[in-house]
Amino acid sequence: MNLRGIQAIYIYEMNRSFRTLIQSLVSPVLSTILYFIVFGAAIGSRMENISNVSYGAFIVPGLIMLTVQMQSVNNASFGIYFPKFIGTTYELLSAPLSFVEIVIGYVGAATTKAFSIGLIILATSYLFVTIDIVHPIFMLFFLLLTCISFSLLGFIIGIVSDNFEQLNIAPMLIITPLVFLGGSFYTLDMLPPFWQNFALLNPIVYLISGFRWAFFGIGDVPILTSIFFILLFTSICISIIWYIFKTGYRIKN
Amino acid sequence: MSEIISVKNLVKKYDNDFIAVKNLSLKINQGEIIALLGPNGAGKTTLISTICGLASITSGSITVNGLDVIQDYRKTREIIGLVPQELALEPFEKVINSVKFSRRLFGKKNNNEYIEQLLTKLQLYDKKDNIIKSLSGGMKRRVMIAKALSHNPKILFLDEPTAGVDVELRKDMWNIVKELKNEGVTIILTTHYIEEAEMIADRIGIINNGELLLVEEKNKLIKRMSIKILKVRLKKSLKKIPKKLAKYKLKLIDDGNSFNYYYNIGKEKTGITSLLSDMNEIGINLFDIQTEETSLEDIFVKIIKD
Repeated sequence: MNLRGIQAIYIYEMNRSFRTLIQSLVSPVLSTILYFIVFGAAIGSRMENISNVSYGAFIVPGLIMLTVQMQSVNNASFGIYFPKFIGTTYELLSAPLSFVEIVIGYVGAATTKAFSIGLIILATSYLFVTIDIVHPIFMLFFLLLTCISFSLLGFIIGIVSDNFEQLNIAPMLIITPLVFLGGSFYTLDMLPPFWQNFALLNPIVYLISGFRWAFFGIGDVPILTSIFFILLFTSICISIIWYIFKTGYRIKN
Repeated sequence: MSEIISVKNLVKKYDNDFIAVKNLSLKINQGEIIALLGPNGAGKTTLISTICGLASITSGSITVNGLDVIQDYRKTREIIGLVPQELALEPFEKVINSVKFSRRLFGKKNNNEYIEQLLTKLQLYDKKDNIIKSLSGGMKRRVMIAKALSHNPKILFLDEPTAGVDVELRKDMWNIVKELKNEGVTIILTTHYIEEAEMIADRIGIINNGELLLVEEKNKLIKRMSIKILKVRLKKSLKKIPKKLAKYKLKLIDDGNSFNYYYNIGKEKTGITSLLSDMNEIGINLFDIQTEETSLEDIFVKIIKD
């Protein structure tokens, strides 16, 4: 295995984030603080507790999920799309690197960034609400798995995109609505019966539910279902990437 | 010289059914500079791309240092450096970091001494901490070469390295290529500039429509294909070429005061002696003679047209 090659891609990607620290770190953290102020403090103070959890604390897992999913997708998709855009993928393809190693480099960096931002947001939330995490180890594991799977998705988006517009379409028009409608700010039983069933078609519901279970021991769906969905989603992304590299789709001529 | 690259019956067909390379076979020797000439779309870049791993192979095989480029891609790519045609660089990166990144991609430990030597050789040392986007086109081209050489390759592919650069830089590039050859690097160069091939290549390959039309040592090729022109200035002008001289296919010019005779220096007999003898026999006196050589460019055009 070309560990130095993986390390080169990983460090390069991490350095890119440090060069654009405001965009990479300050921006998502600031957005989340605004959510806390609006939904947690302003609106949340007038909301009832949900399953004995204050509304401000209740939205913490959803807000972390919202941010890490967007960050994973954005970082990984831009990470691989930018070399495509400026034409430097020739370096990756002509180096003694396997496709798996290339994916580990890019997805590893995107995961690290999103995971770190997730933890920073969690730390920031303690400024606004009190949270006792029921399953802290599982919470970290689930957060990490979510970052990996959405970074894989971002990598796919970056490969198939032909321009910056396409690069932004999936995160903006698909992922953001799914995350907002996936129970970030509410539980499914707060919805009318028809929409409760409809919401179960949204895969993000299972992720937010699983993550919230790690925090408070409560969820919209059983935790095993959430684990199954996250593993299924990760497997689908890995399979698509495997196909892309096997066939050279959108990468090789 | 031992063979370092072997291409056998290579075919590259794109998804749109366009065949860019047609059953092409080529052997490249260690330590040589081979120039691949051909018009736009001839298949030169596709050939390089298949060897370096940028394009898949439809059929045929390629070995580098005796190893298959697909089965043993790690070992074959380790010894190859590639400078593509387009200036493709991360604009916001420092020169030295960009070169170090390339070295690490090839699995090599960082080696500051080697990188600094390389940058010095390419006259980039004083620009090492500059952001790439602040460099001129010529400097960027040098950075591309530095990146390709960062892992100390045995083989260097230069895909039109001097396209769009000024004459001075082009000559600098030629010197760099010659230095690399002296260090034992095998260089495969594609170019539009015949002069470039003429100046630095050991062998010339001509590609057109995906086919390799010929590969030959440069000097032999020029000798074999070279048509020379003998310009004969006459004491008295002629209205037409006499019958006796018709077999020489002379071309009257300058209002009959001169004629041109075309001959091939690769052949055993040039025909000059018999021409002069026949002229003497029918009483045509010459005033002056001079010869002109055809260039590699003329040969290239002739081969492509044929």
